[in-house]
Amino acid sequence: MRQECPCGGNPKTMRKSLLALVLCLGLAGAMLAQSGSVQINAGGATFPTPMYTKWFSEYNKMHPNIQINYQSQGSGFGKAQLAAKSIDFGASDVPMTDDELSKAGFKILHFPTIMGADVPCYNIPGVTGTLNFTQKALAGIFLGTITKWNDPELAKANAGVKLPAEDIIVVHRSDGSGTTFIWTDFLSKISPEWKSKVGAGASPNWPVGLGGKGNEGVTGTVKQTPNSIGYVELIYAVQNNIPYGNVQNADGQFVKASLTSVSEAAAGAAKDMPDDFRVSITNAPGKGSYPVSSFTWLLIPAQIQDANKREAIKAFLKWMLVDGQKDVEALTYAKLPSNVVAKETKAIALVQ
Amino acid sequence: MSLRMIWRKTVNVIMLSLTGLCALVTVSALFLILGCLAWKGASSIHWSFFTNLPAPVGETGGGIANAIVGTGKLLMLAALVGIPVGLLGAVYLAEFASSTSAFFVRYATDLLNGVPSIVIGIFAYTVVVIPMHHFSALAGGFALGVMMVPIILRSCEEFLRNVPRSLREGAMAVGASKWKTIATVVIPAASSGILTAILLSLARVAGETAPLVFTAFGNQFWPHGLNQPTAALPVVIYNYALSPYDDWHRQAWAAGLVLILLVVVTNLLTRLLLQRQAMARR
Amino acid sequence: MGTIATTTGPAPAPSRVQVLLRRMRDGDEIAHLITLIFAASILVVTAALVYELWIHSAETRSQFGWKFLFTSTWDPINGIFGAWPYIYGTLVTTAVALVIAVPLGLGAAIFLSELAPPKISSSLSFVIDLLAAVPSVIYGVLAVFLLEPLMRSTIQPFLKHTLGFLPIFTGPAYGFGYLTAGIVLAIMTVPFIISVSREVLLAVPQDMREASLGLGATRWETTYKVVVVYARTGILGSIFLSMARALGETMAVTMVIGNVPKVSASLFAPGYSIAAVIANEFAEASAGLHLSALIELGLVLFFLTFILNGIARVMIVATSRRGAGASRQ
Repeated sequence: MRQECPCGGNPKTMRKSLLALVLCLGLAGAMLAQSGSVQINAGGATFPTPMYTKWFSEYNKMHPNIQINYQSQGSGFGKAQLAAKSIDFGASDVPMTDDELSKAGFKILHFPTIMGADVPCYNIPGVTGTLNFTQKALAGIFLGTITKWNDPELAKANAGVKLPAEDIIVVHRSDGSGTTFIWTDFLSKISPEWKSKVGAGASPNWPVGLGGKGNEGVTGTVKQTPNSIGYVELIYAVQNNIPYGNVQNADGQFVKASLTSVSEAAAGAAKDMPDDFRVSITNAPGKGSYPVSSFTWLLIPAQIQDANKREAIKAFLKWMLVDGQKDVEALTYAKLPSNVVAKETKAIALVQ
Repeated sequence: MSLRMIWRKTVNVIMLSLTGLCALVTVSALFLILGCLAWKGASSIHWSFFTNLPAPVGETGGGIANAIVGTGKLLMLAALVGIPVGLLGAVYLAEFASSTSAFFVRYATDLLNGVPSIVIGIFAYTVVVIPMHHFSALAGGFALGVMMVPIILRSCEEFLRNVPRSLREGAMAVGASKWKTIATVVIPAASSGILTAILLSLARVAGETAPLVFTAFGNQFWPHGLNQPTAALPVVIYNYALSPYDDWHRQAWAAGLVLILLVVVTNLLTRLLLQRQAMARR
Repeated sequence: MGTIATTTGPAPAPSRVQVLLRRMRDGDEIAHLITLIFAASILVVTAALVYELWIHSAETRSQFGWKFLFTSTWDPINGIFGAWPYIYGTLVTTAVALVIAVPLGLGAAIFLSELAPPKISSSLSFVIDLLAAVPSVIYGVLAVFLLEPLMRSTIQPFLKHTLGFLPIFTGPAYGFGYLTAGIVLAIMTVPFIISVSREVLLAVPQDMREASLGLGATRWETTYKVVVVYARTGILGSIFLSMARALGETMAVTMVIGNVPKVSASLFAPGYSIAAVIANEFAEASAGLHLSALIELGLVLFFLTFILNGIARVMIVATSRRGAGASRQ
């Protein structure tokens, strides 16, 4: 007895039409790649992500056929994937070392975009004001030698604030991070113990703490973990209403991260900016300079084969140095010093 | 009744109720999960959520439109890889294979089934991303397709074997060759089972995140074509949940609700399909 | 009159090519060939997978050898890689998961196979299969937002207060850590234990139960002294199967394990698992030693799951064959 085919209709033609449908969809999908639209893939540092995503979104609105897709995966990602050529350009808060540049096998140019600051943000129930962190205190907390919030080193700089007798929960980055490099670079400069035990790097061997992925992950963890402390870019603390402390700078002053304090930190380096733009401005001298400031860079290959992509990237860089800088301060980053802008504009010609 | 008897009877009642409690706890876990997602996510579900592109970091108002399209593209690619291999492989095992070759094919399938999804992601990276020199939907689709193959193959083989011999013999008695029998009698007879296997495997890989993290990469914009990176629903959920932004958290809950509804509805649909076929058979 | 050449003798034997062409026109051979190709592609893909894992991890394998599995340092900058913290974390979280999931799952499976009427049993099994179908990332979201605060504010302090003398319950209550990851894994593996154990228990011949009850045993005594004992290999197989799944679980674990490559005795401490570190570091590993180390970790994970799955399958097949042999219906 012939069973009724539950699907109804002639099964052979059904299968043929199904196959045809699938093929059509596949072709349609492939053909969706519009000619004329330039898709550029980039990724890297989470430090400047709010600024970059805003810039690329604005730029796309002005030039709808240029899509710069930026994925915030950490400076380590930006450097590694650019070297592997799986992205068109990268972003990093730590300049590539000579070793990394030679391993990449092709020339990579650094273009600073903005300046920002790593701030120590914390979540202490009952403490809403701004704490003062001495250099010794920060080194001790991250080394694991200072374990409680009411430690004398913290208390003596914060007279009048009631710090609880709770364990400090340190939060650091789990991924390769330029933000981490900036923070550990600072700690290495102010603490010989840190320098010998851990050192500066994008993925150091942390003595204590939890790991969060990206600036986003660290901020998220601090936000939901009481008695925790982490280091994040200023904008993340501001956008999420997390209190952050003042850091003691090289001149002994407690300075809060801000446009002025970051710009002051960059003032000295800006005068003597090297041609490849690789420079560190942590623990810079100056009464009002914020000690954990840094430039952040776009890593652009010196030779780009695809003419459309090359022109789009160069056009974006030109726009970024003039119009893009206008949006910078609204997101609490600091503008590039004018002589750096001039130097960079000339350097764009190096991209061929 | 002796004391020992009373003791044994009490233990009996206690232990049996404990097992019932275990079953209750497990079953209620599902309802708890659905309830949490509905409670936290339902409020963020509105039309713009489905039609907007993501907003720049820190701004509100973004949506998951490109993630939904991206997941659709990935599933389509996965189906292109998984369905032919799974279905035709099942036909081979059920109709043509000798016992030695069947053993090897089944062994490889079971092996593939047990491979953790992140290892399949590594495989897709080495085989697709590295030669192509960039991330793409193709790489992600390939990874998902490889995961689909064992699921489809094992279920389809069972459904094909369950087709009664009388049907095959009847077809052959009127002169159909073997492949004609398979194409016009066996497969249509097992078609609802095959359909359920396909739907279930699609629902299963739709929620996979690990293999996509370093193959499909992610995209802020609409994915163009198949060899560009693409956003995907589970990856978006993962990124948003780990971020500090409340707006993104809300979107993560809502997207999670969408995903789990997709999975639950697919499972219910397939169960209904199978029940309908079972009743038709009677 | 000339001879009419009517007969030319028997037709010449068809050449081998002609035979092949004729058979191919029949269609069956083509169908056999096509389906064989597709089935063989599975073998090719599986072989390719092992091959790729093997050659891309060659650098660290030759540099570190077996030491890789037991060293604790993970230092991408200085090129020293040791997998022990990840292997430890994977094993610990899986162990915690099994300690919770096995009693729970086995209890539920016993209920579903022995006590529940068939219709309720199959509907409940369907619900439990749905639990198995929930994507891992959703478990992760629930763990980060609901479980972690609960652990940090209530459960961990409670455990510290009552059982704090045990070394596994010492240290600050982070909320993230082995214990939290283990609990999420437990919820994710319970459905597998239940579904496989239930089938294994259902395959136990009814005569055994009736014989035991006939001798005056209570339902519970029958269950744990006869049925479970008979099916114990299969149940063990289901445990191995869930173990294999738990080992490879990535997203939910990554989100709550704390992402710290250290070995700690306390379950409250943050840790790392093999799958988590691959997910976190793979995209940023520059080609070379770092990438090779991560792929070697993938190879380790592959072998672990391969062995466990293999053992599990043998055990489960053995039990169902035993049961199917004796009459049941």
